[in-house]
Amino acid sequence: MSALGAQVRTITRQRDKTHPRRINFGKWGTISLFVLPGLLLFILFVLVPIAKAAQYSLYEWDGFGPLTEYVKFGNYDRLNDHKPFRSAISHSFFIMFLSLTVQLPLAMMLALLVGRGKLRGRKIFRMILFVPFVFSEIITALIWMYVFHPGEGLANVAFGTLIPGFEGQTWLGDRDLVMYSLFAVLTWKYFGFYMILYMAGLQGVSKELEEAARVDGANELQVLRYVTLPLLGSTIRLTIYLSVLGSFQQFAIAWILTRGGSPANSSHLISTYLYKFGIKTFRLGYGSSVAVVLFTISLLFSLGYQRIVLRRDYAD
Amino acid sequence: MKKFLPVFSVVLAIVTILSLGLGSTQPKAAAQDQVTITWWHIGTVEAQGTYWQSLADAYMEANPNVTIEITILENEAFKERLVTVMQAGDPPDVFQSWGGGVLWEFAEAGLVRNIAPELEGDWKDSFSAQAALELYGRDGEYYGVPWTWGTVGMFYNKALFAEAGLDPEAPPVTWEEFLAAVQALKDAGITPISLGEGDKWPGHFWWVYLAIRLGGEQAFLDAYNRDGAFTDEPFVQAGEYLQQLIDLEPFPDGFMGLSYNDQAGLMGDGKAAMELMGQWAPSVQIDNSENAGEAIEGNLGWFPFPVIEGGAGNPGDVLGGGDGYAVGSNAEDEAVDFLKFITSAENQAEGAKIWILPTVAAAESAIEDPVLQTILVARNSATYSQLYYDQFLPPAVGQAVNDAVQGLFEGSLTAEDVASAIEDEASFELDE
Repeated sequence: MSALGAQVRTITRQRDKTHPRRINFGKWGTISLFVLPGLLLFILFVLVPIAKAAQYSLYEWDGFGPLTEYVKFGNYDRLNDHKPFRSAISHSFFIMFLSLTVQLPLAMMLALLVGRGKLRGRKIFRMILFVPFVFSEIITALIWMYVFHPGEGLANVAFGTLIPGFEGQTWLGDRDLVMYSLFAVLTWKYFGFYMILYMAGLQGVSKELEEAARVDGANELQVLRYVTLPLLGSTIRLTIYLSVLGSFQQFAIAWILTRGGSPANSSHLISTYLYKFGIKTFRLGYGSSVAVVLFTISLLFSLGYQRIVLRRDYAD
Repeated sequence: MKKFLPVFSVVLAIVTILSLGLGSTQPKAAAQDQVTITWWHIGTVEAQGTYWQSLADAYMEANPNVTIEITILENEAFKERLVTVMQAGDPPDVFQSWGGGVLWEFAEAGLVRNIAPELEGDWKDSFSAQAALELYGRDGEYYGVPWTWGTVGMFYNKALFAEAGLDPEAPPVTWEEFLAAVQALKDAGITPISLGEGDKWPGHFWWVYLAIRLGGEQAFLDAYNRDGAFTDEPFVQAGEYLQQLIDLEPFPDGFMGLSYNDQAGLMGDGKAAMELMGQWAPSVQIDNSENAGEAIEGNLGWFPFPVIEGGAGNPGDVLGGGDGYAVGSNAEDEAVDFLKFITSAENQAEGAKIWILPTVAAAESAIEDPVLQTILVARNSATYSQLYYDQFLPPAVGQAVNDAVQGLFEGSLTAEDVASAIEDEASFELDE
């Protein structure tokens, strides 16, 4: 490694000697010509807002007028003491955990079923299964409001018909049920997306390898376990990444279905908490501190995951 | 670039001269400039939407230079969108406002226009709901006016009362009588009280009204001015009294997941006997019922919130509020003039036909509905009128009231928990 570095340095020095400085400027000119526009936009619309949010989070600020009340880490202290915020964090992890253990495996199973194989009419199934993902989040949430209606909603009617003696549930008004109801909707909405990704990944799995495994006496489960899934590795790693970040960033469906954390702030995610206690209450300083926490979690995960897990997918 | 500059300056000069010339020869054209008034209202009920549209049309016909752009938003959506445009510093010209703390917050930030110069005089004197008007201003400034004002009270279905063996013409007066009536209705297999607590605010009326009955004006003012607190006895007791009611299980199945529209629909369909709601309730009941309110037609009655013996509040004290329109800081004079047009006696009288309880004295005689007349009497004779908490208090405290009371209905919070949850926010927001 260091030998290589030394070699590169030597070559660079030699080139510096043989070529006059002017060309170096030209090279930098070209680079900056390409980089600057993107860099400027990135600074202006990504880095500056992040820095601003970090700054706001140290003030008590209602969003109007100048920043005057410096409270140091007061907002973070309040955050730490606020029960709904703690539960919001744990709910976000809860949704993330279920997404990884239920939603992704479900998507994989369906992808294997309809993405290939001999199932009749799989093209139609594929289309139907993908439909939920096409709806906007708002539409999805509104549809499910009707499904979960405590009186004559589809969920209660369906369970009531299938299970004798089933008592109607308040799916969204009961704190023991609401997170599961929300997760069911998120799964319904997004499994199609992951299914498509897996199906695309399956296209790249070589039939010959699977065939070879079968010839060697592997049964279908073994083929799946030792050939297909490992070859889908990069797709799986990518979907885990998207799914985790998606769980933390989920807002619209959760906000509408839980009507802002109902019942009594027991069903917040970090983002709905941010909106309710940071924006609707005119406490933008406080809201910014929530945003900083959310950003930090996402950033740490993202960097860690990219460095440790996705690194091999980026090689060459 | 170098060639372009001189050309550009010449064009600019010509345009400037031309416009100056036009301005001096035709001063009227300048005054008659096209003006667009952006107007946000929340009249999603069909009759109201039509009413507002007809007012806008009439005004535009009389003033051809004015275009009124109406945006109709659902209540919650309106609040959320308004906050967004306010933070962007771009308020609508005329927009729904309930007055009080939220409006004052906008005023402090310079986002609403002071209409006191236009208001003083005849226009101001025309209001019978003067207390309501005061909520739209502070320190001699006014930012809007109310166009309807009423009180929250108990709407009830007389036919269902009769079915349960209760006298439909003698509704309960005290809290004990009220609880007994609830029990009687329940025994008769009727859902006593309609409630859509999924939306939170419908339930908070119960707690606030009990606090008004138990603590009166003084307890609230003390808590607000920080001479007292929301953990004072009347506020804790309010939760305890409400708990008595909740223990009777008088609400429809799954009420924690129902919305206000569901609540109104149950009343309109004659499936629940009572509803604690503001003066707009009947029109929403009809709107959300299956047969245009046939089941409740002719059966609807109204009585004031029950009195609690020994409570510090007067029996005539009311929780109330209404709707008004505020004027945004960028609004032209025409917007203020249009607001004046909305609250003219004729237009208010027109509104009284569709359940709008007028704020202008000259329009009150137009009310024909007996229920609305009862509410009007209650409003005008109230010794103390408490504006809705979620409008009067800073947004965070109002929100805390709704959330905490929802917890009480849910069974996750006790009366003490509710009081202290509200006090937590109040001590943070009001100590300044």
